Amino acid sequence: MMTLLDQLRVWLSAALPEWAAYVIAGVVGIVVILVFVLTLVIVFIWYERRLLGRFQIRLGPNRLGPEGIFQPIATAVKVLLKEDIVPERADRIVHWLAPIVVFTPVLMVFAVIPLGPGAILADLNVGVLYFVAVGSVSAVGIYMAGWGSNNKYALIAAMRTVAQIVSYELPLVLSLLGVVLMAGSMSMTEIVDAQNLPFIIVQPLGFLIFFLGVLAEMNRCPFDLLEADSEIVAGYHTEYSGMKFAMFYLGEYGHALAYACIITTLFLGGWHGPVLPPFLWFLIKVVAVFSLVVWLRATLPRLRVDQLMAFTWKGLFPMALINLFVVAVEVLWLSSLSYWLVVAVNIVLAAILILVWSKLFVLGRGKVEV
Amino acid sequence: MKFERYGIGILKGMAVTFRHLFRPPITVQYPEEKLIVSRRLRGCELVWYPERCTGCATCAKACPQGNIEIVTHLGDRNNYVVDKFEVDTGRCMFCGLCVESCPYEALAMGLRYEGAQYRRRDLVMSKNDLAISDSRKPSAYTRPNIELSLPKQSLLVFWDRADGGQKLSLIPLSKKRGRGV
Repeated sequence: MMTLLDQLRVWLSAALPEWAAYVIAGVVGIVVILVFVLTLVIVFIWYERRLLGRFQIRLGPNRLGPEGIFQPIATAVKVLLKEDIVPERADRIVHWLAPIVVFTPVLMVFAVIPLGPGAILADLNVGVLYFVAVGSVSAVGIYMAGWGSNNKYALIAAMRTVAQIVSYELPLVLSLLGVVLMAGSMSMTEIVDAQNLPFIIVQPLGFLIFFLGVLAEMNRCPFDLLEADSEIVAGYHTEYSGMKFAMFYLGEYGHALAYACIITTLFLGGWHGPVLPPFLWFLIKVVAVFSLVVWLRATLPRLRVDQLMAFTWKGLFPMALINLFVVAVEVLWLSSLSYWLVVAVNIVLAAILILVWSKLFVLGRGKVEV
Repeated sequence: MKFERYGIGILKGMAVTFRHLFRPPITVQYPEEKLIVSRRLRGCELVWYPERCTGCATCAKACPQGNIEIVTHLGDRNNYVVDKFEVDTGRCMFCGLCVESCPYEALAMGLRYEGAQYRRRDLVMSKNDLAISDSRKPSAYTRPNIELSLPKQSLLVFWDRADGGQKLSLIPLSKKRGRGV
């Protein structure tokens, strides 16, 4: 199937030379994606603050504009007017480059997200691989920020982040492989097309592992060790202000948006849905995923560093391996039998594995927890 | 088999926060929404009853700070006429001794609490400023007879003010969000 962008290019090349049509179509696609991302990020900032307020029985920002919708804009103007401070002994180039390295991969992820039928910037046949590769680049940016700041708290946060993201990448990718196996393709559009039944029902355990991995990847509660205000000031962006801090802030919410889109695409059936137009379905699912993330943030306290590492290496990683193995076996033999049998087996397996693994996390007769 | 460590605690916690979504927010949006203060508040400034005051200056003597200044002259019916009744509320510590000492109940503590001024001299209240009016109501401090006529204090909970603040009822969300802009 041709994407909308290809159609635009073909339509343009009737009147223009081939290279001009190619460039114009590309620019149009990039601008549309940029506008989509930036508006949604601004809306998400407002939405999270309001929703978090309601979870904590307060109001959240409600002054500027109807229901406080313009608050993020006021915040942005305030942040942009701040003085840009660079610490005296900082590694200036790295310090300057870090926000860009954090922010750019976030935008790049959106190239492979299908917002509707055919509405995708680049329908790569290795879309999943691309997103995994690009999505983990921002860890480098965060490490650069911590290293370049010449600040011990920033460096502690950066070390934590690298350890955390490297560890959580494994179960994340392994649970992703289950989806790829079942869809039989790494292309995002084909994964969406393969989900007559959303993969969250087919692979509940895979979804759980992927969701927790994503929470750690986008540094959200309860895995927000890198900006644990109660321990290490503001973490990696302690020494940042003004425009650079705004880039980090946008990057953080852009990450949340990107991963909400990825979860929607891979596990919730993408833009599929009855009655409403596909793009609206996509938005509804993205907002639902983001609400769940905010809900978790409002509920759960932060993990300790050792708990964090133990959770992924002793808990998520083996579970992801077993999940991958079982899904592979199912794809090999069971798919010819019945789809619902696969669903039943996977749900039972998820329940058993969670029960068994939670037993493993009890040490010292239940008094000491890892 | 006890179900304690299988993520049940997380689910319980999430249920708690989910229930919070449907509770009215605790936030009081101050200038638009105000809590009802204690009925026995020793509030801002004094409330002065011009017709009860005999100009005896007992209050001025009772004041530990010497804030109250009274100037009188002799009237026609062998009484004092109060020319000047000035209180420097900037130095007042709201001890209430003047109110307690008044033999004619001509002074009371107020219910107001928004007494900030831009100039120090604006804090000196003249007898016209202090006289009782609709906007200057006495509190029930040393006045138990009017205590029940005042609305009950509200703390952090939303009381329906139309009902005199006596009954707990939830104000609908749309009303409570306050205005935009």
